[in-house]
Amino acid sequence: MGKILVKGNDAIVRGAILAGCRIYFGYPITPASEIAETAAEFLPKVGGTFLQAESEIASINMVYGAASGGIRSMTASSSPGISLKQEGVSYAAGAELPCVIVDIMRGGPGLGNIAPEQSDYNQIVKGGGHGNYKCPVLAPNSAQEMSDFIQLAFDIAEKYRTPVYILTDGYIGQMMEPVEFGEPKTDFPRFDWAIYADKESKHNLISSIYLDPEELEKHNLKLQRKYAEIEKSEVRFEEFMLEDAELVFMGYGIVSRVLKTVVEKMRQKGSKVGLLRPKTLFPFPKKKIKELTTRVKKILVVEMSNGQMVDDVRLAVNGKCPVEFYGRMGGVVPTMAEVLEHANKLLEEQARG
Amino acid sequence: MANKVLRKPKSFYDIYERNPSSDKKMPHYCPGCGHGNVHKFIAEALDDFNVADRTVFISPVGCSVFAYYYFDTGNIQAAHGRAPAVATGIKRAHPESIVISYQGDGDLAAIGTAEILHAANRGENLTVFFINNAIYGMTGGQMAPTTLINQRTTTTPRGRNPHNEGYPVKIAELISQLEAPVYVERVALIDNKHRAKARLAVRKAIKNQIDNLGFSLVEILSACPSGWKMDPVDSLKWIEEAMVRIFPLGVYKDITKEVEPYQIKKFKPSAEEIVELLQLNTETKSFERQPVPERYRNPEIKVAGFGGQGILLLGAAMAQSGMLQDYYVSWLPSYGPEMRGGTANCHVNIREIEIGSPVVSDPSVLIAMNRPSLEKFEHDVQEGGLIIYDSSLVEVQPTRTDVEVLAIPATKMADELGNTRIANMIVLGAFAGYTGFFAIETLFETLKTAIKRKKLIDINRKAVEAGYKFGMEHRVRK
Repeated sequence: MGKILVKGNDAIVRGAILAGCRIYFGYPITPASEIAETAAEFLPKVGGTFLQAESEIASINMVYGAASGGIRSMTASSSPGISLKQEGVSYAAGAELPCVIVDIMRGGPGLGNIAPEQSDYNQIVKGGGHGNYKCPVLAPNSAQEMSDFIQLAFDIAEKYRTPVYILTDGYIGQMMEPVEFGEPKTDFPRFDWAIYADKESKHNLISSIYLDPEELEKHNLKLQRKYAEIEKSEVRFEEFMLEDAELVFMGYGIVSRVLKTVVEKMRQKGSKVGLLRPKTLFPFPKKKIKELTTRVKKILVVEMSNGQMVDDVRLAVNGKCPVEFYGRMGGVVPTMAEVLEHANKLLEEQARG
Repeated sequence: MANKVLRKPKSFYDIYERNPSSDKKMPHYCPGCGHGNVHKFIAEALDDFNVADRTVFISPVGCSVFAYYYFDTGNIQAAHGRAPAVATGIKRAHPESIVISYQGDGDLAAIGTAEILHAANRGENLTVFFINNAIYGMTGGQMAPTTLINQRTTTTPRGRNPHNEGYPVKIAELISQLEAPVYVERVALIDNKHRAKARLAVRKAIKNQIDNLGFSLVEILSACPSGWKMDPVDSLKWIEEAMVRIFPLGVYKDITKEVEPYQIKKFKPSAEEIVELLQLNTETKSFERQPVPERYRNPEIKVAGFGGQGILLLGAAMAQSGMLQDYYVSWLPSYGPEMRGGTANCHVNIREIEIGSPVVSDPSVLIAMNRPSLEKFEHDVQEGGLIIYDSSLVEVQPTRTDVEVLAIPATKMADELGNTRIANMIVLGAFAGYTGFFAIETLFETLKTAIKRKKLIDINRKAVEAGYKFGMEHRVRK
C-alpha cells in the first residue's frame, strides 16, 4: 500500500477498520460528523455495522452492548456530545469494557461554537463521568497519527479492558496529509470475559454493580492498579530539540504543530528552545517532565483552553521550575507569530533575571 | 402426566451464586411481586425453545437489576433506561443471539423513552418485556410515568395530579403506532387465567425473535405490594380494578404472519479484500522533485476564491502533486461556518522537511480567484512572494510591488476550452509552468485521483496543459 492523501477524519475510520473495528454507533455533530459519514460509507462494505443512533447517550450504550460481545466497536463525537456520553463511558469503565471514543473538540461551554478548542481536557483526561476511573487518552496531531493511534487505541483498550479516548481537534480532523495505512487485522482473540451468545461464554456477566462497599472498594482498587500499570507502560511523547533547551514548549494536537514551527524559527535565531509533546494525556509524561525540570529554565504550556493540561504539568514539575501558560479560547488558534512574541518576551525576562 | 416432575426451568441457575445474600436459593423479590412470574415464563420459554445458550439477558435499573442472579444465560447489566440501546449493540455484534431487554416502568417509560421508541422504530430483532407496576419499586415507591391519577406515591403524597404530573404513559398503545414492531401485547398478572395468557405472550415474543421476525414488546401489569403498601391479595385486586381500566389488556399489534423473516448475512472479507474495499490498493507513483529557484522552495500556499470555483480541490491537487514528488504536504480547508458561505480558502504546505503548523497565515504563494480574496490576503503575502490571480474575474491589480505577480485570465481560458469549472486546473498548470515546481506529468497523475468523474479527466488535462503553457511563457527569471 502506498501513501494516500486523506483527511484525519477519514484516516481514523479506515485505520479503525484496518484495526478490526466492525461496529460504529454515532450521532451527527460538527466537526465530528465526517467520521460518522466515512464509517457509514466503509463499514457496511466490509461486513460491519454502521448505525446512526437516536442520541449520543444511546450510541455509547450501543457501544457498551457491542463491546460486551467482544467485538471492536467505536463511537465519535465532539465536546457537547461527549458530555452526554459520559454516563456510558463510566459504565464501560466500571464494567471494564474495551471500546474507543473519539472526541473532535469544539468550542464551549454550552453550545459554544464549532471552531477547534481544547477545553475538553479535564472531562476526558480526568475521567469525566462519575466514579474513580480514568481512560487512556491518545492525542494525535497528524492524519498519520489519526490512523496509527486508533489502532493503538483498540490494542490498549483490549489489553487493559478499558474505554480509550482519541482526543483531538477539528484542525487535525479536517487536515489532509499523506497517510501510510497499516495492514488489516483479521485475526481476533476470543476473550474469556465477553459474551459471544454461545454455551462457552454464557456464564459471563457484564456489570458494574458491587452492592457491598467492601466489594466495590476491591473493584475500585483493581481499577487503580490497572491505571498504575497503564501509567508505567503506556506513556508516549515526542521530543523535539530538547537536548540543550532552556525554554521548553508543551502542547498537544494542533497547538503542538504550531509550536514545532515556533521552535524551528526560534532555533534559527539561536534561541535554545524545544518541544515536549504528550502523545498520551493519560498516562501523562510525568517522568519526562520531572527529568526536564533538572535542566531547563522554564516550561511554557500553550493550549486552546483556559489552562487545563497546565495543571498536570505543574503537578509533574512540583515547583522545580517556573511553568508559564499561554492560552486562547473560543476556537481561536494561536498563531505562530503570537506564540513567538510571547516566548521571546519570556526569554527577555529571563535574561534580565 | 401423572409422572410430571415439577422443577425449576433449566434456564435458571440452581443456586443463585451471584446473590451476595446468605440465602442462595431465594430470589430477592418481595412476596407478591410479579417479577417472579415473568422470570419463570421467560426461563421456561428459553428451555422449550432450547435457546438459553445463545440468549443474552439485559438487566435494567430497577428491582430487576439483579435478574442476572437467576438467568443461566449471557447477562449484561445496563444503565438506567438504556437497555434497548445495549440490546441493540449486542444484537448487532452477534446477530444470532437472542436478546431480551427486561425493563420496568421508570426505566422504559421515563428515563429511557428515547431508547425504547427508537429500538422499536428500527425494528430491532429484540424481545422487550415491560413490567408496569405503576411505581418505582426499588427506590422506595416514587411516582412512575405509569402511576395512575390520584395514586399516592412518596413523590405524589396527595395523589398524582394530571395538572402537575400529567397522565399515565400508555406504552403498548404508543409502540403499536410505529411501523416496524411486529408484536405488541399488554397482559396482566391477576389470576391463573391471566397468567396463562401472559405466559403465551412471553413465549410468542421470544419465538418471534428466534424466527427473525423483528421487534416484539409485551407490557405486563404487575403487582408491587411493597411499593403500593398493600397486601399481595389486595394488590391483585387493584391491578384488576384500577390498572386495567387505564391500561386495557389485549393484542395491540400483530403482523407476525405478514412479515418476511430477515436473513442474517455474514461477510468476513479477507485481508486483501479489506484493502481493496477501503480503496487502499493504490500504488503511489513517485515523481522527481524539480529544481526550482530558491524563492519557490517550500511554498506556503493560500488558495482563495468563491465557493464553487473548486478552491479546495485546487489546493488538494497541489498537495497531491507535492506528495507525488515526495515532499511533505498538508492541506487545511478554511474552517467553520464560512465554509458554507460564499468564500472558500485553504492552506497548503509543500515542504522538504516535516511540516509544523499547517496554518498558512503569511503565504509565500497566494492564489486569488476573485477580488475579495486578493484584497483580503494580498497584504499577508511574504516579501518576494508570488501572487497568482484570475485576471478575468479580478478587475483590480495587486497593490504590492515587492512580490511577483502572475495575472492569468483563467476563467476566460476555461470558457474557451468549454467548461468554466476547470479554471482551477488552469491555475494549477500555471503555477507549475511559472515556477517549475511541478512537472506536468506529476499534474497529469494528480488528476487521476483528484478528479472523481473519469470522463472529466480529459478536459482537466487540457486545462492543466493550457495553464502550464501560459505559466511557462510568463516566467520571470531573476
